[in-house]
Amino acid sequence: MKTGESQGRPWAKWALIGLAALFLGVMLVLPLIYILTVAFREGVGVFIAAITQSDALKAVLLTLGTMLVTVAVNTLFGLFAAWCLTKYAFRGKRVLSALIDLPVTLSPVTAGLIYLLTYGRQSILYPLLQRLGITIVFAVPGVILATIFVTFPLVSRELIPVLSAQGTQEEEAAALMGAGTWTIFRRVTFPHIRWALLYGVVLCAARAMGEFGAVSVVSGHLSGKTNTLPLYIELLYQGYDFTGAFAVSALLVVMSVIILILRSLLERKGDKARNAH
Amino acid sequence: MSAARRQQRVIPGFGLSLGVTVTMLSLIVLIPLCSLVIYTLELSPAEFWETVTRARVLSSLWVSVSTALCAALVNTVMGLVLAWVLVRYDFPGKRVMDGMIELPFALPTAVAGIALTHLTTTNGWVGSLFARFGIEIAYTRLGITVALVFVGIPFVARSVQPVLEKLDPQYEEAAHMLGAGRGYTFFHVILPELRAPLMAGFSMAFARGIGEYGSVVFIAGNTPYETEIAPLLIMSELQEYDYSAATSLALVMLAISFLVLLANAAVQHRAARRSNG
Repeated sequence: MKTGESQGRPWAKWALIGLAALFLGVMLVLPLIYILTVAFREGVGVFIAAITQSDALKAVLLTLGTMLVTVAVNTLFGLFAAWCLTKYAFRGKRVLSALIDLPVTLSPVTAGLIYLLTYGRQSILYPLLQRLGITIVFAVPGVILATIFVTFPLVSRELIPVLSAQGTQEEEAAALMGAGTWTIFRRVTFPHIRWALLYGVVLCAARAMGEFGAVSVVSGHLSGKTNTLPLYIELLYQGYDFTGAFAVSALLVVMSVIILILRSLLERKGDKARNAH
Repeated sequence: MSAARRQQRVIPGFGLSLGVTVTMLSLIVLIPLCSLVIYTLELSPAEFWETVTRARVLSSLWVSVSTALCAALVNTVMGLVLAWVLVRYDFPGKRVMDGMIELPFALPTAVAGIALTHLTTTNGWVGSLFARFGIEIAYTRLGITVALVFVGIPFVARSVQPVLEKLDPQYEEAAHMLGAGRGYTFFHVILPELRAPLMAGFSMAFARGIGEYGSVVFIAGNTPYETEIAPLLIMSELQEYDYSAATSLALVMLAISFLVLLANAAVQHRAARRSNG
């Protein structure tokens, strides 16, 4: 809906649009252009060589693997948690919901620290883990666990508003007509949350791909073993291999732009679906 | 109450969903968090106090809090401008601008960090412009603030946008009819309605800024007493295996972000009461 604002003072409108565009241009667009410029500064050959080094490829694989496991775990949790928090009334619901949101309010470094304290050398669990032959800290499981922790509530957070707006009547009707849990979820609930779920999954994947602080604490920075892409970039950067660092960054820029486009497409689909009801 | 509860439980699957939710929450969040509590209880209060009142620790906390505060204030003003422009005006490129706001969520923080650092050094694209006026950005507190502005861009814009969309233009028209100027209308009619979402966005950006690590670590220069942020100090304490110092500092940071979220909850609660009654 348009108000009198825009017709009244066109200079104010264009001044504000200009200010917003300048701000986003300098803060968001310029860094992206810079990354791509430096990545290709020494030619496409150097770029390709930088991203096809064996350590780079291993970092890509670890990042993708971590992303997959994280998204799978957090989607499963998000579905159960959102269903549980919106379809039933029970004692302690508020506490549960606050605890679920806790990981995003912690500093990533603190998140890494608590995993270090839980599974590291000074933990009470450490002798047990060692006897079982499991290493978590400074190994791949630690990287994956820290990433899951940091992105834990992202899927459930997208689902809860949609599910609580939808209410419980449809599910109750289905249950009274004798439908089982799985049927109710699949036939009644799922169509409502399809787009919100995908939206949350995409957000979770983006954060899992880029997590740096928490992973940095627990990974031990073993190149080719526990270095994810962001950690690999740090390694190259600190070795003054700027072209290499920006080449690998360019890879992540492309992935995050794809994620952004997916997100805005999904958001539009979700809005349309909601308006259609 | 009990009748209502029984009615809610018409839908089957309560035990299953609560069970899965609580189990996963315990494994990922609660057990690691407990280890933080256990480790804290082993610290003596005197040792804790001695650790967190060291000059280097206090200065790192001050750097983190002051730069996060400045960045959150910049983001509050610019977030309001962005939300206003996107809700109230039509212009070419609006959809792109709307989608772009979430880039800081999608782009890995380390990538943003190295790009912003290179742009703002004294011979970078942006830094050289400022260097002419004797302003250095990279490796100063100003640089830290710039990085925190980057990560905080989406919070205020995204929390103000939906509220501004729902705001009934009738109030503004009424104020206008009664002879209020545009400035007066904005500050006395529109802004009070936006107080709660502005506060929500501000506190999320502030809390995120205090804990942020990946984007800041490259641009900060990390000189103790000057540009060393608290998460970085935790990291270097961990690298020296000084877990008790790291845990103490993490607890102080936890307390600060908890206070911020509490203040926000109080403002939201008051705003909700005001609009209901």
